[in-house]
Amino acid sequence: MEWRWDWVWDLAPRFVDATGKTLIAAGGGYTIAIILGLVFVLAQRTPLLPVTLVVREFVELIRSTPLLLQIFFVYYVGPQFGLTLSPWTAGLIAIGVHYGAYLSEVYRGGIESVPKGQWEAAKAINLPIVTTYRRIVIPQALPPAVAGMGNYLVGIFKDTPMLSVIGVAELMHTATAVGAESYRYLEPYTMVGAIFLAVSLPSAFAINVFERWVRRTLGMTK
Amino acid sequence: MTYIEFLDVYGGRLIDGTIVTIYQFFLATFVAVAAALAFGLMRLSQNLMLRAVAVAYIEFFRGTSLLVQLFWIFFVLPLFGITLDKFTAGFLAVGLNMGAYGAELVRGAVLAVPKGQWEAALALNMAPHNRMRRIILPQAFVIMLPPWGNLIIEILKGTALVALIAVADLMFEVRQINITTFLSAESFGTAIVIYYVIARFFVTPGMRGLERLMNRRIGKA
Repeated sequence: MEWRWDWVWDLAPRFVDATGKTLIAAGGGYTIAIILGLVFVLAQRTPLLPVTLVVREFVELIRSTPLLLQIFFVYYVGPQFGLTLSPWTAGLIAIGVHYGAYLSEVYRGGIESVPKGQWEAAKAINLPIVTTYRRIVIPQALPPAVAGMGNYLVGIFKDTPMLSVIGVAELMHTATAVGAESYRYLEPYTMVGAIFLAVSLPSAFAINVFERWVRRTLGMTK
Repeated sequence: MTYIEFLDVYGGRLIDGTIVTIYQFFLATFVAVAAALAFGLMRLSQNLMLRAVAVAYIEFFRGTSLLVQLFWIFFVLPLFGITLDKFTAGFLAVGLNMGAYGAELVRGAVLAVPKGQWEAALALNMAPHNRMRRIILPQAFVIMLPPWGNLIIEILKGTALVALIAVADLMFEVRQINITTFLSAESFGTAIVIYYVIARFFVTPGMRGLERLMNRRIGKA
């Protein structure tokens, strides 16, 4: 089968558009995940044991079941109870909750890496809990968490093709549509692969540089 | 339809699907471990050619999506004369994808074996393959087991994607049941519980057990 460059150029505008939508989906999902992750990790640190246990188990559940299944669940279960979500809304919720669970583990690792003495010192000078988090714990918990957060940003980007199954018109959806129209799958699927490589490899590199910069700026070696 | 009736009617298909998922999971894990070992060690080789091949494999499979790779293997490879049936294409894609992540774990673990161990093996005049097989790899194995526990859960989750090329796994079955019955909460909800039970009560405890066993065998616990 021969590779047809002219056709690739014809398809280019559709793929550029779809790449934009993929990036929006990744960015939107990540924003939700960052916030939800914080909610999950803080809920696990409340003194209420039942809340801690339930949230802990929920995070485990989300982390150990397929994202694809969760996307279907969010999209199809709503209408059964009279709540219809658009593909975009359902997709972003599913991907946001999924990665929120992962990010909560990253945050937890960061918070647990703060030495116990820091907490005790904050308590000793009678710092309110909010100030303790804001001024003492989070600035120290962030640098070790940056690497993990960056990896999951790339991860969320690579998982967006799954949103195509509920009809979000991102890259994979576009490629499948093009393939179905023309009965040619070589170019569309190869282009999707190439676009993913072209975005994720430089991003991974940039995240690495950023991580080192954060560590240096905050005066942390290693 | 009550939930009990739902299970009564569709339970058989859910079990069939679960069995296919477990097959896919084991085969994909096998492919991932083999690929991770081969490419992880090639990545550390002195030979530039081998290193380049390993880097290309790792970056390619980590840089693109599993779904894209799966579709590419299933829809595009046949155009080059390599036709795989959907079952094989499924576990092969999942295994090769996860193997790239595993290769980095292998590399990290081999490098994490204390330098004194390499030097001692050298001092004893051990042949390179003996040094690797008898001294370095067993210790690297213990070091990389905990992260492999996470990766193996990712493999289990990854196998759900094979439903999209019509392998009749659990994901595929519940999707079909959902299409015919519109009982979304029951079908997708049950599947979530099944995946969760496999991961939480079989895979994770299994890996923990293996960690304990290996630590004991290597004299660490």
